[in-house]
Amino acid sequence: MPDKIPVTVLTGYLGAGKTTLLNRILSEPHGRKYAVIVNEFGEIGIDNDLVVGADEEVFEMNNGCICCTVRGDLVRIIDGLMRRKGKFDAIVVETTGLADPAPVAQTFFVDENVGRKTKLDAVVTVADAKWLKDRLKDAPEAKNQIAFADVIIINKTDLVSTAELDEVEGRIRAINPYARLHKTERCAVPLHEVLGRNAFDLDRILEIEPAFLETDAHDHEHRHGHDHRHDHGHDHRHRGGGLKHYHDEEMQSVSLKAGQPLDPDKFFPWVQNLVQQEGPNILRCKGILSFKGDPKRFVFQGVHMILDGDHQREWKHEEERVSRIVFIGRNLSEQNIRAGFESCLA
Amino acid sequence: MTQSSPDTASVIERTRRCNADAAIVAVHFPGASAVFVLGEEALLLVRDGERRRVAVHGGAILASAADRERVVTGGDDGKVVATDAAGASTTVAADARHRWIDHVAIGRGGAVAWSAGSQAFVRSAAGASLQRPEQMFEAPSTVGALAFAPKGFRLAIAHYNGATLWFPNAAAAQPETLAWKGSHLAATFSPDGRFLVTAMQEPTLHGWRLADRKDMRMQGYAARVRCLDWTADGKWLASSGATQLILWPFQSKSGPMGKTPQVLAPGEAQVERVACHPTQGVVAVGYADGLVLIVRLPDGAEILARKPAAAPITALAWSADGTLLAFGAEDGDAGVVDLG
Repeated sequence: MPDKIPVTVLTGYLGAGKTTLLNRILSEPHGRKYAVIVNEFGEIGIDNDLVVGADEEVFEMNNGCICCTVRGDLVRIIDGLMRRKGKFDAIVVETTGLADPAPVAQTFFVDENVGRKTKLDAVVTVADAKWLKDRLKDAPEAKNQIAFADVIIINKTDLVSTAELDEVEGRIRAINPYARLHKTERCAVPLHEVLGRNAFDLDRILEIEPAFLETDAHDHEHRHGHDHRHDHGHDHRHRGGGLKHYHDEEMQSVSLKAGQPLDPDKFFPWVQNLVQQEGPNILRCKGILSFKGDPKRFVFQGVHMILDGDHQREWKHEEERVSRIVFIGRNLSEQNIRAGFESCLA
Repeated sequence: MTQSSPDTASVIERTRRCNADAAIVAVHFPGASAVFVLGEEALLLVRDGERRRVAVHGGAILASAADRERVVTGGDDGKVVATDAAGASTTVAADARHRWIDHVAIGRGGAVAWSAGSQAFVRSAAGASLQRPEQMFEAPSTVGALAFAPKGFRLAIAHYNGATLWFPNAAAAQPETLAWKGSHLAATFSPDGRFLVTAMQEPTLHGWRLADRKDMRMQGYAARVRCLDWTADGKWLASSGATQLILWPFQSKSGPMGKTPQVLAPGEAQVERVACHPTQGVVAVGYADGLVLIVRLPDGAEILARKPAAAPITALAWSADGTLLAFGAEDGDAGVVDLG
């Protein structure tokens, strides 16, 4: 079976710098060819017959799941693009500033034809360093985009002070503690940090493990930042204990951990019921599980009510068998989720 | 063929194989040539083992339809092209904004319909000589499928949350809306014109009895239904979407309402294409594992026409007289079986 074409979803509120990033992807000599699905023609300054206009048409699936929405136009466009297989290596889907990334992501799990030929690579969100904290207050779309992201680019850092940048970062982390974070001017992030992330690949869940649950890991990534090397070396030591912690009233993440193995007969009904009940509020979830008497790690990830899980590799001898789950969502009851999870212990 | 089934070996031996060297997305039989539609740029005309490539589009070919005389294709170059059985092509229309032509359809008498985004267009066979050569209908959302009614100049346009029946020549007649929530991605009228059936994004078919707009739901598929065809007598609707051939009964006034489908030809893999014989109670079935079976109704007797191979079957069509069956696969492997 030939390799599936990776698809990167590029989101970000109006004016954050998505088009800048897109133009870089299309123009830099990285040796790969991208087909790009855009919402507005004309913004891209590159003449490319693989740039396709989309209509951003979202509809609900008739599968009894109210949050299971799909981008119908993507089903059609990807089907058409795949007829030109061999002409491009990957696809980038740009969404409008006001778009919810969920229907885009769900399209890859719901339509079997799309799922057979392509795979979701990552949701990349470009955020404006100066305006993001205001948008988080007044624009639910901006919050969704941050919560949903696998990679977040805090752009236009030259327009804010270090203190303001720290605040933006803290506010992002309050919503999404496990996305990769990059701080840039003019979206000057190495493209391999944005493309080819395999963020939805179950086999790769172990690789993001260190970053995704340790609350202090949030600063890790940008330390090697190219543009800010000078400030940051100093900054890091100075702050010592990390960023100021913010709490977002509406959107949070719930992290769960258990050293004791789980009972699969209790866990699956619980998690399925949870996403049925809370699916509209749960944007993303991810987990690595240790089941009783099971030598293999079970990994899963999900988007709203759609869960995708499988056995992965065997637990290593020296590895601590700890189950870890993170839910990112709106108005989640940490207490209830935690109690439910604990009732799944074997 | 229904009287005396030739044995398996002889059917496979009577296949002329060829390779398109490109993905095949459909095949049609206008006249004596099998016309394979390639994923990009060209058609491959095959007749008596002779092959001829005809370039028709500047990019991907997104849709095709055919009648007894020609194949109409729509491309991502914004063009609608008609090609006759001899391989002569003419451009029927070119979208002013170079939008993708997502769907095409051919009606009786040679009328051609196509869609780009949410706009559906139609040109009657006599349209070329008229002052306004094409007529446009703005659908409520992106067009999911187009189908001409078997009688009259009427077009069904499938879209989100239903389908619209449009009468392009009756300016006074309001388009009729048939509502059903969800995304409708394929459409076909029953040969007697009494029913319209659509395939949805979910693995289900939806139907309307047009006289009273009564809804019908045909469910139980494992996958999205991508291929529908009516048997020669119009009594059965054959469909893909399961590992068997699924046939819904349309003999009675109420169509398949309250009835179960006939299930034949169980395979190892999903059925991808179905093609009903033009005169007899026979259906050709192409599977995702490359298998092609010729199945007789109603007893389900099977003849092997192609063994499983590397790639899924993506194209299947009978010649008008029913003596030739053409098949094509995603990897370009193709053949024409001579059953005459």
